[in-house]
Amino acid sequence: MPLDTPSLAQEARRQIEICNACRYCEGFCSVFPAMTRQKAFSDGDLTHLANLCHNCRGCYYSCQYTPPHEFDLNLPAALAELRQDSWERLVGPRWLSQAFHSSGGLIAAALVAALTLLIAVLSLREPGEGAGFYAFLPHEAMVALFAPAFLLPLVAVALGLRRYWRESGAGPLRLRAVLAAFTQAARLRDLSGGQGQGCNFEKEERYSNARRWFHQAVMYGFLLCFASTGTATLLHYLLGMEAPYPPLSLPKLLGVPGGVLLVIGTIGLGWLKTRAERKLGAARVWGGEMGFIALLGFVAATGLALYAATGTGWVAPLLAVHLAAVLSFFLLLPYTKMVHGFFRLTALIAEQTLQARKQG
Amino acid sequence: MSEVTGIWDVIVVGGGNAALCAAITAAEAGARVLLLEGAPKPYRGGNSRHTRNFRCMHRGPLSVLTGSYEEEEYLHDLMLVTKGRTDESLARFAIRTSEECLPWMEAHGVRFQPSLSGTLSLSRTNAFFLGGGKALVNAYYATAKDLGVQAVYEAQVRHIGIENSRFTHVEVEIAGGPRQRIEGRAVVLASGGFQSDLDWLTRAWGPAAANFLIRGTPYNRGVVLRDMLDQGAESVGDPTQCHAVAIDGRAPKYDGGIVTRLDCVPFSVVVNRDAERFYDEGEDVWPKRYAIWGRLVAGQPDQVGFALIDAKSIDLFMPSVFPPVKADTIAELGERLGLDGQKLSQTVDSFNAACRPGRFHPTELDGLATEGLTPAKTNWARPLDTPPFYGYQLRPGVTFTYLGLKVDATARVQHPATPLENVWAAGEIMAGSILGQGYLAGFGMTIGTVFGRVAGREAAAFVNSGARSNAA
Ligand SMILES: Cc1cc2nc3c(=O)[nH]c(=O)nc-3n(C[C@H](O)[C@H](O)[C@H](O)COP(=O)(O)OP(=O)(O)OC[C@H]3O[C@@H](n4cnc5c(N)ncnc54)[C@H](O)[C@@H]3O)c2cc1C
Ligand code: SF4
Ligand code: SF4
Repeated sequence: MPLDTPSLAQEARRQIEICNACRYCEGFCSVFPAMTRQKAFSDGDLTHLANLCHNCRGCYYSCQYTPPHEFDLNLPAALAELRQDSWERLVGPRWLSQAFHSSGGLIAAALVAALTLLIAVLSLREPGEGAGFYAFLPHEAMVALFAPAFLLPLVAVALGLRRYWRESGAGPLRLRAVLAAFTQAARLRDLSGGQGQGCNFEKEERYSNARRWFHQAVMYGFLLCFASTGTATLLHYLLGMEAPYPPLSLPKLLGVPGGVLLVIGTIGLGWLKTRAERKLGAARVWGGEMGFIALLGFVAATGLALYAATGTGWVAPLLAVHLAAVLSFFLLLPYTKMVHGFFRLTALIAEQTLQARKQG
Repeated sequence: MSEVTGIWDVIVVGGGNAALCAAITAAEAGARVLLLEGAPKPYRGGNSRHTRNFRCMHRGPLSVLTGSYEEEEYLHDLMLVTKGRTDESLARFAIRTSEECLPWMEAHGVRFQPSLSGTLSLSRTNAFFLGGGKALVNAYYATAKDLGVQAVYEAQVRHIGIENSRFTHVEVEIAGGPRQRIEGRAVVLASGGFQSDLDWLTRAWGPAAANFLIRGTPYNRGVVLRDMLDQGAESVGDPTQCHAVAIDGRAPKYDGGIVTRLDCVPFSVVVNRDAERFYDEGEDVWPKRYAIWGRLVAGQPDQVGFALIDAKSIDLFMPSVFPPVKADTIAELGERLGLDGQKLSQTVDSFNAACRPGRFHPTELDGLATEGLTPAKTNWARPLDTPPFYGYQLRPGVTFTYLGLKVDATARVQHPATPLENVWAAGEIMAGSILGQGYLAGFGMTIGTVFGRVAGREAAAFVNSGARSNAA
């Protein structure tokens, strides 16, 4: 299959027109109810449907038209390819994302190594005067490094989301839609198979909730870690309390379980990925997705290691590695699988908005 | 193949809904079961893998089913479509048993979903399978595997060995290999109808059948049915008839399934190859008239029809998988469809002239009829006057054949000369026992589930009683 946008859209359109005449899979996910709104599909409609799909694969194993049938249906793959393409197209620059997805593991590893070196050099050249972590790297240097590395990628993603919203034709945002979409995402409804039996990711035609639970571990683990960093920032600026924090402080109480969940979840998702059929996803980005999972797991693992090393000589090197990993994660964010979270959520909100509009 | 050697308790011939229900039930009763599916694994499940729902009696809301649908109403619906050609006691048995089938299906892995969008009229009578029939088939294969049923694919059964009224073995070719003999204590025949054997269909129906499309699996060729009839089993159902609907003429020869259906006839002007109308397109609401159009088109020259609509009606029916042919004038549309454009214009002009103003209501009989036209269009008759115009080619699409093996209420195959001790049948292969003609949406899966379970239970009981008496 050629991989340019028009060919990918045309192939998705061909398959979706078959599904729209069939509709047997209506109860699995959000894609099918959204599909039945129309008979003809614009490119924007297709991008939207592709981003609603969670690649649960229910519609592949249930389909009477999968190869060798001449209708040649593989909707999870067609939507995955189009979805991946849409992120590359909407966020840009495309070459960065394509580079990551062709050799993600390598790029992530190289970036982490380079940044570790950079941080180490920085810390040697200007040894901090502060206490704790800041004795290693001065606070100002950390902010100067992290603020842009954190904000710029988010701006890039936000611009992409705005383009997505326009393409989907969802119109003005509604609060109810946002709440409904968050509820769906919080429960990962679209990996539940529609009835809680789970998806068909790694056990072929049998259902399983493994992917849903591992993904929940990653999602909530990530959010906990994020909350941990957030509270630490607040403690720092509002109360003047500096890192490292004691075991019973909020940053630790949030961060440690978060880190553990992240490690478990990323190992689980990576393992499931090795067991699932590659040709039911966007096969060309398999390696990049694995690289991303590894990077995320590495961030969490080094964070936990750093905590475990408190008071030992390992803190300095581990801090350099951990900070480099976090930095790499954010710098690469718009070009890795991480964007899927933003786009999925936006797609769910757009879909809820479109539905609410249709009902008047 | 070493995996199939030894004597099996129950051999199930076929791999669709009826076969799986029988295999699961027999295995649960403790039997060692071998299931022989003629199709390769990706195509396993016969026509069952194309289905979407089954019709279920219920006295109150049940799972996804709304309201209630009781025995008398169900039977009445069946009597209407079969025009009374049914065995009433068997029909009542199937209807009554359907109620306990739904929970049984759920317990064996089948999941249901609310009536699909565009099919709200069926939400009370028909329970839809989540993911359709292939998901149902998958669930049953998984359940059967967990119960120890041995399924073999590409296992074409050629002959059912019967000696002294007793089934002894099957003769089967596995993956194109040589014919081999597999012995068993009981057999359940669940290998569907013969609609995919075009030669047989042509002998039964006439040469026109060569132009029919087969909506389902190419693997239902009636080999086992023929073999049993040749061995004197009693037949039932009209041997010359098949159930056919009008589907999109561009559908593949086999296995096009549900997406090739066309629901536009009530809003169309339908003409034949000679650009002439031949039947009242608006006779009744579409679900009720769905089934006669296959036969109507089959009766036209070259077994082809053309449904024409205009821009007013394009959004009134479920989309079909193939886009319509489109043009700005009727004459041009005719040419594009391979018809005589001038003649088609005349046909449509006289149709338009016969239309009368009035209230148009797409979902009920609106009485908007033509005047002074033969044949008349008695409902939804609106002139074709708003371009662009659209056209679909129609061809007869065969769903199943009626000829089958006669069974009794225990699914045992009947033999006029000597009763067979250990041969049961379920599904399409015996459906003629209940469906003499016509068709009731969702009843095929009901028959397969009801009689598949009965056959599995009876076959296992036979084996178990034999085992006990042998041991004694
Ligand atoms: C497009 C379509 C849609 C339909 N939709 C519905 C619906 O929604 N609801 C409904 O109730 N009915 C529906 N029907 C009818 C329904 O499919 C049948 O009534 C039902 O599937 C019959 O089940 P069965 O198990 O008897 O046959 P099948 O499911 O056809 O199974 C027959 C099996 O026998 C195997 N076989 C055949 N010959 C041999 C041999 N010689 N050796 C070994 N194996 C052999 C075949 O490979 C197949 O696995 C539909 C039919 C079609 C074509
Ligand atoms: S994936 Fe297959 S079974 Fe599901 S809706 Fe599409 S065509 Fe139908
Ligand atoms: S893969 Fe799952 S989420 Fe995607 S369209 Fe199919 S059923 Fe829906």
